[in-house]
Amino acid sequence: MSVATKRPASVLLFTNAFLIFWLILAAFPFVWTLWGSFKVEGDFFSKADWANAIFGKLTVAETGGNFTGDGYYGAWVQEEFWRAAINTFIVCFLVVTISLTCGTLGGYALSRSTHRYAFWFLFFALIFRAIPPITLVSGYLLPFYEWNLWGHLSTTIIVLVAINQPFTLWMLHSFFKNIPKDLDESAMVDGCNRFQAFRHVIIPVMWPGVITTGLFSFLLAYNDFAVTTMLLSKENQTMVPKLASFLGTTQTKGNVMFAVAAVVSITAPLFVMIMFFQRQIVSGLTAGAVKG
Amino acid sequence: MKHTTFAWFVLPSALLMLLFIALPIGSIVTQSLYSAHEQVLVTVENCGPFGCTQSTTVDQEATQALKAAEPLGKFAGLDIYKDRNHLAFAEVHEAWITSDGLPDFGAALMNLPFYDAMAFTLTYTFIVTPLTILLGFLIAVGVNAVATALKGPTIFLTLLPFIVTPLVGSLIIFWMVDARGILGAGLQWLADDPTLSLKASTGLMWAMLMVYGVWHSAPFAFVVFYAGLQTVNQDSLEAAMIDGANRFQRIIYVVIPHLYPLVTFVALIQLMDNFRVFEPIVSFTAQAHARSLSYAIFNDLGGETRLLSSAAATSMLTVVGVAILLSPVLVRTYRNFDKG
Amino acid sequence: MNMIKTAALGTVMAVLTGTTAMAGGHACAITEGRLSIVGNEFPAIQSVAALAQECASGVENDSNLTADHQKINVAGMTGNPAEYTSAIIANSSIVALMNEDVIRPLDDLVAMYGADIPAHQLITIDGKVMAVAFMANAQHLVYRKDVLEQIGMDVPTSYEDVLAAAEKIRAMGIMENPVGGAYAAGWNLAEEFVNMYLGTGGEFFEAGTAKVSINNAQGVEALEMMKALTAYMNPDYLTHDSNATSAEWEAGNVALMNMWGSRTGVLMDDEGAAEVVYSNTMAGGPLTVGDSGAAASTLWWDGWTVAKNISDEDAAATFQALAHATSPALLNDETMSQAVWLMDGFDAQPVNEGVLATVAAGAAPYPMLPYIGLLHSALGDNLAEFLKGEESAEQALMDIEAAYTTAATEKGFL
Repeated sequence: MSVATKRPASVLLFTNAFLIFWLILAAFPFVWTLWGSFKVEGDFFSKADWANAIFGKLTVAETGGNFTGDGYYGAWVQEEFWRAAINTFIVCFLVVTISLTCGTLGGYALSRSTHRYAFWFLFFALIFRAIPPITLVSGYLLPFYEWNLWGHLSTTIIVLVAINQPFTLWMLHSFFKNIPKDLDESAMVDGCNRFQAFRHVIIPVMWPGVITTGLFSFLLAYNDFAVTTMLLSKENQTMVPKLASFLGTTQTKGNVMFAVAAVVSITAPLFVMIMFFQRQIVSGLTAGAVKG
Repeated sequence: MKHTTFAWFVLPSALLMLLFIALPIGSIVTQSLYSAHEQVLVTVENCGPFGCTQSTTVDQEATQALKAAEPLGKFAGLDIYKDRNHLAFAEVHEAWITSDGLPDFGAALMNLPFYDAMAFTLTYTFIVTPLTILLGFLIAVGVNAVATALKGPTIFLTLLPFIVTPLVGSLIIFWMVDARGILGAGLQWLADDPTLSLKASTGLMWAMLMVYGVWHSAPFAFVVFYAGLQTVNQDSLEAAMIDGANRFQRIIYVVIPHLYPLVTFVALIQLMDNFRVFEPIVSFTAQAHARSLSYAIFNDLGGETRLLSSAAATSMLTVVGVAILLSPVLVRTYRNFDKG
Repeated sequence: MNMIKTAALGTVMAVLTGTTAMAGGHACAITEGRLSIVGNEFPAIQSVAALAQECASGVENDSNLTADHQKINVAGMTGNPAEYTSAIIANSSIVALMNEDVIRPLDDLVAMYGADIPAHQLITIDGKVMAVAFMANAQHLVYRKDVLEQIGMDVPTSYEDVLAAAEKIRAMGIMENPVGGAYAAGWNLAEEFVNMYLGTGGEFFEAGTAKVSINNAQGVEALEMMKALTAYMNPDYLTHDSNATSAEWEAGNVALMNMWGSRTGVLMDDEGAAEVVYSNTMAGGPLTVGDSGAAASTLWWDGWTVAKNISDEDAAATFQALAHATSPALLNDETMSQAVWLMDGFDAQPVNEGVLATVAAGAAPYPMLPYIGLLHSALGDNLAEFLKGEESAEQALMDIEAAYTTAATEKGFL
């Protein structure tokens, strides 16, 4: 650590206190959910006394134990949540791969072109992003049903990629701007064409930006509800619409706890992933990921 | 860069956006300019499990003929944009003439759905966006100072509000802030008012939606700023220190200018997302107290009789609103564009 | 006591329906065509769809039961051939399908395969069978027997009685907010107004036209009664949909409420509530308001339709499968309590008494008009301001009329 980042004790105390306060704020609802997912619905959503969610008065009365795994059993075994987990995995993997492939190519070209049309391209991409997704999705329904595209994972993947493309392009464009032009231009002087220069010179240094953009693409695909709930058939559902179907319009008793268990189940892999990729994510960010 | 090379590089992105965004926008614009055909109504007798009643129904054969003549519907021009459920030109004009004094005019304006939604949407956007940026920045500075071994878990915990599905995240928080929930009860205790309920008053409901908005999107700002902090030039920081700048001054004069482009980027995305605020209103069943433009679209599309033209018009108004909101940033980007 | 009776009934039913199910099993052997159902996701519909799919197991069959069914059913039935061969709808939502002309008249199919369907299950519009209803629903009073005994009052039959009882419960300090109701702004609140306005004897439209007329004495009376009730409700009432209202009930915070018949089952079972709450939960009849004598409630049915843009084989397969799935073959001790079924052989359970009382009281069915959905949306958007005390009843009614008129003009009804 360099001299400039050393901090006096008082500052350190203050920043740490603030950070701890924030971490509690950020994590408390989730920790609460994690605890409550092992209780029965009457306790977790108790209207009588919030302390029931901690001590589980009805859980003891209804199941005999302090904790119950009914929510998890119902979601994973009875309602076959694992199918949705597999679908989510497929969707996320392909969305991230396709988004980044199209996005890096486009973002690179946009950052290197000095023509006005490149600005207008970015401008329209931004305007496209302003359309509320519900309007777009309800517009897709009719043609998708007509051409038999509705319900398939592939359709949803392409739609998610397309809807998130403006964001990906803007982010990667900003990032490529940050890589000195001299790098690829000198390669081109040495006889590479544009694509070769991109492949041999830019690709090796672009990973930090790509990882950050990939993280956002992943989270968007992982958490999407508007698109997946309307465009996927029952057997192709990903985790979030599946979870929503546990809630439904008329909440059937017990099913709400399936949803709560599902929320914990959805978040767990993210924890593992972040722990696993933590070095890549942190170093990806460290190497100077995004620049306006 | 040559035009053809550029074209090849952007082709995949351009094609995707053309097919899945530009084409639908084209049809949305068209839809917003047409209203439905005149429906030919006939009185008939309906029978069912509860007996028979006289009722009205659409005469399909007569309506079919009208539909075949004009498949898109009746051309309405900008009528839908101008009607009471959107810009309400006639009603605003009338309110202007008949109202006595500005407050009265304001009240009349707030009675019109579009302006009511606009009031909430703009308040939300202009309060949540700066707070998100500020909080995100502070967290980034804090996380930056954490020991390397703790960074992974800290980043994960910080990201939680962003990654827990809003669908259930807000459901749980909605329960927690209920007058009988842990946070609601805590607030009653803090305010020493046992009848306090966040869900019963418009002001508190707005505050709750905004707090949720900041909480939910601060991690996004955090990630971007945290990345930026890693690239702050250590030499400039040390130079500033030698010049006698204290910590605070170093942040103001070195770190913040370095992060400035990132602030623009986050502001751009956040302004747009906040202007389209929608999910928390539905999850918190806040529609009695707060309505946004996106909620109006959802309402038009979700009713038993769907108002497609109305939803299309509101969508276009949202796009125009976003364009106006972002215009300062866009103009700046335009000016800087040649500089590479 | 009640529990024992129900249990005894259940055993008898199990023996009886075991044989019916076997008998029904023969009626169903589909060898060609296709079945694809879209509909809402509550348990009764799940049971119907499951049986229909079982019946069509020899051919291509599918079902998409989701809360978003209304957003996708028109699009999914518009193509040719349509993705969905059948949509399960209610009397409020069938009009959207008829307006778009995506469902077919069923007369020929009824003649060929539907001889067993009783006449009261057929929904005829202008003499043509458009749907087959299989279950009924309605809102009615739900009350706590012990609390009423404590205050020494009879079961309320009118909203005026409810107000008097509520005042007494509050005055005696038994409960702070004894009245409940699904008053969440939007669809729920609009439904409460529809009930109340019909209870005052009001008419929504000028006869035979789409011109709305609710800004009248009955409209004001309905609104005033709703506001009077909210004084005895939890202050968060504008966020309470029927799920939240049921939760309030189970927590023992409410003693009187107007609730859907389909929800009373979960209130009376022993899960999620204290013994004193569930064992004292009783279903009453519909309430009245003022002196018009009309029940302030609406009757609902759920039924199935057949898509227009499909081949005759698909239509025949769909019709047969669903006709079987909504015949007495459906009824067993698990499905019996899921709804007030309309088919023969249904034995009313204690939880169904409220709906049956509402039907007997002659409540009006929810209007099956092409433009009622627009009025319902306009109501849902504009009533909250009055209840919050921000505007007068007349102003709220004027806003509703204006919002409706704009929407109806756009849809070509005016």
